[in-house]
Amino acid sequence: MTEQVETARPRAVPGVPSARRWSNEKILGHVVMVFWALAGAGLLSYMIRDFNPEFMDRYGIKFVSGFIVTIELVGLSLLIGAILSLPIAAMRLSKSRLFGAIAYGFVYFFRGTPLIAQAFLVYYGAGSFRDFFSDIGIWWFFRDPWYCAVFAFSLNTSAYQAEILRGSIQNVARGQWEAASALGLSKPVIFWKIILPQALIVALRPYGNEVVLMIKGSAIASIITIYDLMGETRRAFSRSYDFQAYIWAAILYLVMVETLRRVWDRFEARLTRHLKR
Amino acid sequence: MDEILTLISFGPNGWGDEIASGILITITLAIATLPFGLILGFLLALAKKSDEPSLRAAANIYTTIFRGLPELLTLFLVYYGGQIILQQVFRLIFPDAQIEVNSFVAGMVALSFVFASYASEAFLSAFRGISLGQYEGGYALGLSRIQTMRLVILPQLIRLALPALGNLWLILLKDTALVSVIGLSDLIRQAGIAARVEKEPFLFFGVACLIYLGLAMISSIGITLIDNWSNRGEVRR
Repeated sequence: MTEQVETARPRAVPGVPSARRWSNEKILGHVVMVFWALAGAGLLSYMIRDFNPEFMDRYGIKFVSGFIVTIELVGLSLLIGAILSLPIAAMRLSKSRLFGAIAYGFVYFFRGTPLIAQAFLVYYGAGSFRDFFSDIGIWWFFRDPWYCAVFAFSLNTSAYQAEILRGSIQNVARGQWEAASALGLSKPVIFWKIILPQALIVALRPYGNEVVLMIKGSAIASIITIYDLMGETRRAFSRSYDFQAYIWAAILYLVMVETLRRVWDRFEARLTRHLKR
Repeated sequence: MDEILTLISFGPNGWGDEIASGILITITLAIATLPFGLILGFLLALAKKSDEPSLRAAANIYTTIFRGLPELLTLFLVYYGGQIILQQVFRLIFPDAQIEVNSFVAGMVALSFVFASYASEAFLSAFRGISLGQYEGGYALGLSRIQTMRLVILPQLIRLALPALGNLWLILLKDTALVSVIGLSDLIRQAGIAARVEKEPFLFFGVACLIYLGLAMISSIGITLIDNWSNRGEVRR
C-alpha cells in the first residue's frame, strides 16, 4: 500500500509555489512587460523620428496655455461646487421631507446624466431663453462658453461633493453626537468641532477621486469651444494632422492626474497619521 | 405645449423616431462594451493579485494609463491612433489600402479599455473579501485551480463585486455619450441635430437628459434584481 503511494507520480498541487523557476505566471508577466517596453520604445522612437520642430514652435506655447486653462477651469468649478455642496448636503441631511426631496432630485439629475449632456443643456439650451435672459440682463453670462462650462461643471461637482459630504457625515458614529451632547456642548459646536473633522478624514479619499474625475471630465469643455488642454490639442491636430498632438496631451493629462494622486496620498497619510496602528 | 408634443412625437413631423434610434445605439454600444470590459477587467484583477511581481507591474501600468487619461482623449487616441496603426500594418500587405475605423468599434474599444481598468479594481477588492480557506477547501475537495475558480470563487466574487460593477455600468452608460463627438449617431448626436434644425436646444437636450435618467433608473432596477439573485443564498439579517 505504502509502496503504491510512493510510486504514484506527485500531482501538481494548486496553490503551492511551483518548484519550477519559470512558472507560467512569471513567463506571462515578463511577456507583457516586454510588450509594454516595446510599446514604450515604439512610441518614443515615433516621437523622435516624426518630431516636428515647427509643430513645437507653433503649438508648444498653446499647450501650456491650454494646460493652465484646464487647471483654472477645474479649480474654479471645484471651489464653487464645494460652496454649493454645503447647502445641498445640509438639505439632504435635514429632517424636512421637502428639502430632502429637492436635494435628492438635484443630486440624482446631475449624477444620472452625462456631463457632456449637461454642458450642452447649459450652453446650447440657454439659447432657447435668449429673450428672457436678455431682459433680466444675464445673457452675457450664458453667451460665453467659459461661464457656461464653469456653471455646468460647478453644478455637476456640487452634486457629487454633496453626496461625499453627506455620506461621510452619516458615517460618523451616533455615539459621537451622544457623547458630545452628554458633555453639554451645543449642536453647532458638536457639528463643527467633533463631527465635521472626523467626517472630512473619511471624505478625503473620495474628494481626491472627485478632483481626478473633474480633471478628466473637464476635457469635455473642449467640445463647447473652450481652448483648454483638450481644446488646444484638437485645434493643433485639425490644423497640422500631426498625431503627436494627442500623445502630448495624453502625457500632460497623465502627469497631471498622477501627480495629484501622489500628492493626495501623501496629504492623506499626513492627515491620518494619528490613526495609524 | 402642443408644439412640443409634435416635436418629440414619432412620425414625419416629430423627432421621436430619430431619438429612438439614438437610444438604441447608446444601449447597443453600452451592452456591446460590457462583456469585453468585464473579461479584461477580471483578467487584470487576476494579474494584480498574482504573486509574480512582473505580472502585477504590467497590470498596474495598464490601470495607471487608462484611469489617468480623460475618456474623451482615450476615444480620440483609439479612433485616430487606431486608424494610423492599422493603415501602417495594412500598407505592408496592400500598398494603397485606405483604412477607416468604424466609430462604433472605436467607441467600443476605448470604452472597454476604460471600463476594464475600473472593473479590475472592483474585482480586486472583491477578491480580498474571499478568504484563503475557500481556495483551500476547493483544493481539498480535489478540484483543480480552474474548477475552484469557476465553482467556488467566481459565484462569491460576483456577489461581492456587484455593487461596484453596477456603478461602473451606470458610468459606462453615461460615457457612451462621448462617442457622439466622433460621429456616431447616438442619443446626444440625434438630440443635437434635432435641436439645430428645430432651434429648440433646451427642449431636445432636456429630453436627452431625461432619457439618460430613465435608462439609469431602469438599470438600477435591473442591478437590484441581479443583486437579490446573487444574494439568494445569504441569510437575511
